[in-house]
Amino acid sequence: MRKAGVFFRPAGRSGEAGLAFIRVAVAFAMAGMALLFLMVVAFALPVFVQGGGGGPFSWSWAPGRGEFGILPMVAGSLLAGGLAVVPGWIMGLCLCCWLMAPPCVARPGLWRTLVGALVRVMTAVPTVVYGFAAVFLLSPFIRLSLGGSGFSCLTAVIMLSVLILPTVVLVLQAGLGPRLEAVAMSGAAMGLSRMELLWNVVLPVSRGTLLSAAVLGFGRAVGDTMLPLMLAGNAPVMPESLLSSMRTLTAHMALVTSNEVGGAAYDSLFMAGLLLLLINGCVSLVIRRMGGRS
Amino acid sequence: MKHSVPFLCFRALSRLSAVLVPCLVLTLMGYLFWRAFPVLGPKLLFGRVAPLDAVLGRVPVWDGLWPACVGTFWLVLITMLLAVFPGVGCGIYLSELASPRQKRCLGAAVDMLAGMPSIVMGLFGFMLILLLRRTVMPNANTGLLLAACCLALLVLPVLVASAREAMAAVPASLRLAAAAAGFSRSQALFHLLLPAAARGILGGVVLAVGRAAEDTAVILFTGVVANAGLPSGLFGKFEALSFDIYYISSQYQDQQELLRGFGAAAFLLLISCLLLAAARVLERGFRRKWQGKA
Repeated sequence: MRKAGVFFRPAGRSGEAGLAFIRVAVAFAMAGMALLFLMVVAFALPVFVQGGGGGPFSWSWAPGRGEFGILPMVAGSLLAGGLAVVPGWIMGLCLCCWLMAPPCVARPGLWRTLVGALVRVMTAVPTVVYGFAAVFLLSPFIRLSLGGSGFSCLTAVIMLSVLILPTVVLVLQAGLGPRLEAVAMSGAAMGLSRMELLWNVVLPVSRGTLLSAAVLGFGRAVGDTMLPLMLAGNAPVMPESLLSSMRTLTAHMALVTSNEVGGAAYDSLFMAGLLLLLINGCVSLVIRRMGGRS
Repeated sequence: MKHSVPFLCFRALSRLSAVLVPCLVLTLMGYLFWRAFPVLGPKLLFGRVAPLDAVLGRVPVWDGLWPACVGTFWLVLITMLLAVFPGVGCGIYLSELASPRQKRCLGAAVDMLAGMPSIVMGLFGFMLILLLRRTVMPNANTGLLLAACCLALLVLPVLVASAREAMAAVPASLRLAAAAAGFSRSQALFHLLLPAAARGILGGVVLAVGRAAEDTAVILFTGVVANAGLPSGLFGKFEALSFDIYYISSQYQDQQELLRGFGAAAFLLLISCLLLAAARVLERGFRRKWQGKA
């Protein structure tokens, strides 16, 4: 341990200096977070108070005519998030149960081990890489098989559901795993397979975990920028069907900063930021109440 | 035993998703590598310039990924310099020193930050620049340092969570032994527990490096450009690998550039996977040492 003592010499022999270091670190972190929340709220509040025509709360985005409504984008974000959660959550739940219920627990088998590893790798795949692959593979596929331009609500939703899948699986594994282990022994004595145990015993009592996995997935899907920006087509209107183009709040923010120079367009940007903050706040709140971990 | 119809559907669906999900992901990744494979090599990085000249910065590289790699490297390095101290300090504080009330409040704030869409951090940096322009520095502009500050906020929760978990995973017997040997609380913390948890904390840092390297939405707002060359300084514009991928996917001029995009995407994916693997190895070693299991 002598070596370790030398390594942490800044902490001082009694460790008092180290405590001061830690306090400074916490102050730094809290200052950063407080500044973030304050700035986003402070920039958006004047827009809120102003109100009036052409402001962010209308259904038409036409900067040429002085109309800066972001409601279509809000709807787009909620729609994309909601639609992506359904397949993402169902596939995540099924995959998680399949991973946890091998026929023989001691030897899970090669395929199951590989799929488990793949889910972990999926957490590290950059979203821009998913987007890039989908632009050149999925969107031509959708254009040729279903029609439309290929850059549509459906394309973005499919990729978003792939994006949130590992989050859902890992949250469910953390929540369902201990419950399954708790009943595994008595279940096996009654001749139930692990799959039957999951279906009949574990899932009915895990409503909180199931819900928080869905909510967390929704939060990630709404918060993602690159996939909707690259795949959804970005027309600032309400999508008419799954194959039509749409724009989400996050993509809208990215587009506004690269195209506009200021004024009312920026106001809508700040409003969009605040809305994202609020959506995320609701998500955290629900997860806290459900007791799931993020 | 006779099964109900919903259970049979569930079982079939779980087997289906166990095949479908890996197929989908592997198809996307396989396609990426298949297209990128022919261009992987030194030419991808340096284009027509001799490697040594490019590395030393004597000749600018216009048709390779070298400037983007250097940009990403500096970005991640500065981000980590800014984020590791507050992040790890905050995690240690939360695990060892905080009162239950502080734990609840600070923990909630960090959880909220963890779920925050990355584009909100980018927006924060953008607002910071607008504020500086209006008040003290009329010619402030976005650049490397600002992007690193915003990325530091993004990776902060990762660092906090991993440091907290690593400290919590140090066995209680070590704490007892320290108390029995007459260590004060701070001495035990800095000279015994922190060195014991160092490897786990390092795993978290590697994970955070991966998060910082992959993110695109933050730097979109804070000074990334497509053809900056090597970054000129702390306040200069820069290129980044993730942004180059996005840029090429939407603006590519010819086949050569498109293939470079595939190369960049495969390269970034490889880096992310390697970082994830490194973090896993570190964490496994740490857990095996203290808990005797993987």
